[in-house]
Amino acid sequence: MSEREVLELLRENARYSTADIARMTDLEEDEVEAAIEELEAAGVVRGYQAVVDWDKLEDERVRAEVELNVRLDRETGYDDIAERLARFPQVTALRLVSGDYDFDMEVEGDSIREVSQFISEKVAPVPEITQTVTHYVMTSYKENGIELGDGEDDERLSVSP
Amino acid sequence: MTFDLSERVQTVPPSGIRRFFEIAEERDDVISLGVGEPDFATPWAARDAAITSLEQGRTSYTANRGKRELREAIADYVADRFGLGYDPDEEIIVTAGASEAVDLAFRAFVDPGDTVAIAQPSYISYEPGVIFAGGEVRSVPTKEEDDFRLTVEGLEEAGADEADMLVLCYPNNPTGAIMTADDLEPIAEFAREHDLTVLSDEIYAELTYDGHEHTSIASFEGMRERTIVFNGFSKAHAMTGLRLGYALGPAEAIHAMNKIHQYTMLSAPTTAQHAALEALDSCENDVREMVNQYDRRRQFVLSRFREIGMDVFEAKGAFYCFPEVPEGFTAEEFAEAVLHEQGVAVVPGDVFGAGGEGHLRISYATGLEDLREALARIEAFVEEHA
Ligand SMILES: Cc1ncc(COP(=O)(O)O)c(C=O)c1O
Repeated sequence: MSEREVLELLRENARYSTADIARMTDLEEDEVEAAIEELEAAGVVRGYQAVVDWDKLEDERVRAEVELNVRLDRETGYDDIAERLARFPQVTALRLVSGDYDFDMEVEGDSIREVSQFISEKVAPVPEITQTVTHYVMTSYKENGIELGDGEDDERLSVSP
Repeated sequence: MTFDLSERVQTVPPSGIRRFFEIAEERDDVISLGVGEPDFATPWAARDAAITSLEQGRTSYTANRGKRELREAIADYVADRFGLGYDPDEEIIVTAGASEAVDLAFRAFVDPGDTVAIAQPSYISYEPGVIFAGGEVRSVPTKEEDDFRLTVEGLEEAGADEADMLVLCYPNNPTGAIMTADDLEPIAEFAREHDLTVLSDEIYAELTYDGHEHTSIASFEGMRERTIVFNGFSKAHAMTGLRLGYALGPAEAIHAMNKIHQYTMLSAPTTAQHAALEALDSCENDVREMVNQYDRRRQFVLSRFREIGMDVFEAKGAFYCFPEVPEGFTAEEFAEAVLHEQGVAVVPGDVFGAGGEGHLRISYATGLEDLREALARIEAFVEEHA
């Protein structure tokens, strides 16, 4: 169970030190390290990334959500198509979903032109793909559970009963 | 001319918390471990319900005792959570914070000259409340060696057997102490034997850790008829500013409290009642998540004090811990010096009454980043003065 607890804390903040995780739990520091190693070795934890508010940066970052519809045949399943798409570095997330379309794909690039070109030249021509609908992200309000607004100031009295 | 203040008001000294607040407010680099309220915002569903109620124009008074629906929800909640049975029509009153309920109880049950025993250290409002009601306070100190639990020996030493009333607050502000069922049993026995009315402030009931579940003293045999339980939404549901609490007790007692309430408050804030109803309806998971966060911080803070070399007992409730100040300082000296030299605000334990001297109230209702920085500053302070 220690792995579960450590995982929860890493999901909250992957930069907690192992010493701090140990302080927050009943675990010793070396147990925390072992749990993290185990999570990584088992492929449960696949990486650690920063949650970025792109609006706060000068340089433009274009992101799009793309709905994909596909037609399967005897030789080609969802996994085959997914594997092929996922290899493109422009694709940042790819999920098979229920509902009106099949895949939900997130794409990133430096410009609208670059992203459009990627969709029209690399994605749309894939023979099994029958339709793409591209939604450019205009503003992001929440990423990975973190609200991107200006946040609320702590208005509490500094000392209270 | 000087205004003619009542003697009761003049008897009550200015609050020791206020003084530290004023110093802390003067600087802008202070990290405060002195805050007695959650750092979380009220769960969104509850806020949303409050907004909706405003949009629908539900801004009139409610029944004196609170919306019937809310009283029913409270009855279900306390039955479910603490095994307490109270009739929503006769035995529950919704108030403007638990604070109001505590005041109502003192005014409804204390006659001039009555003695009210208060287990201390404890929340700072009880003593003035007794004095405003014309009663006399008998402090019952609790001790670090008992993990700040109230004991029968403590009650006897303080002469609480002669009192008319006993005030308890567990999980405790400021110590973070809890009382288990086994700890409460002899206290209940003592109250029955000496015919004490018991006022039990259980506002931190949801905030217990380490597998402990809160037990109410009202759940012991022969206690329901002599106990008033206070609870509210400020702590567990992070609703301090909405001002909503409640009292549970026998019909006769609640009726007496309502008599004062109907003339002085009329009814508790309506918008807050809508929020509270939603809080009980759908915010159980939010509460659990907040408790989870407090527990991590609790363990973090206790670990850090031990690393720093300050003695601290294993607090298991509320969001406070109560370390001992190192030798060579009184609590007040330490608190003042660490605020001036390191910009960390803490509250000296003696402002919470007997038994608090030599200790600091540390609130961990603050984000981990701030806790980490504040503890590093305290560590630097202790090293420098060792
Ligand atoms: C033990 C205790 N009781 C009551 C209160 C006041 O609660 P309310 O906001 O419901 O008036 C507090 C607040 O700090 C408290 O610590």
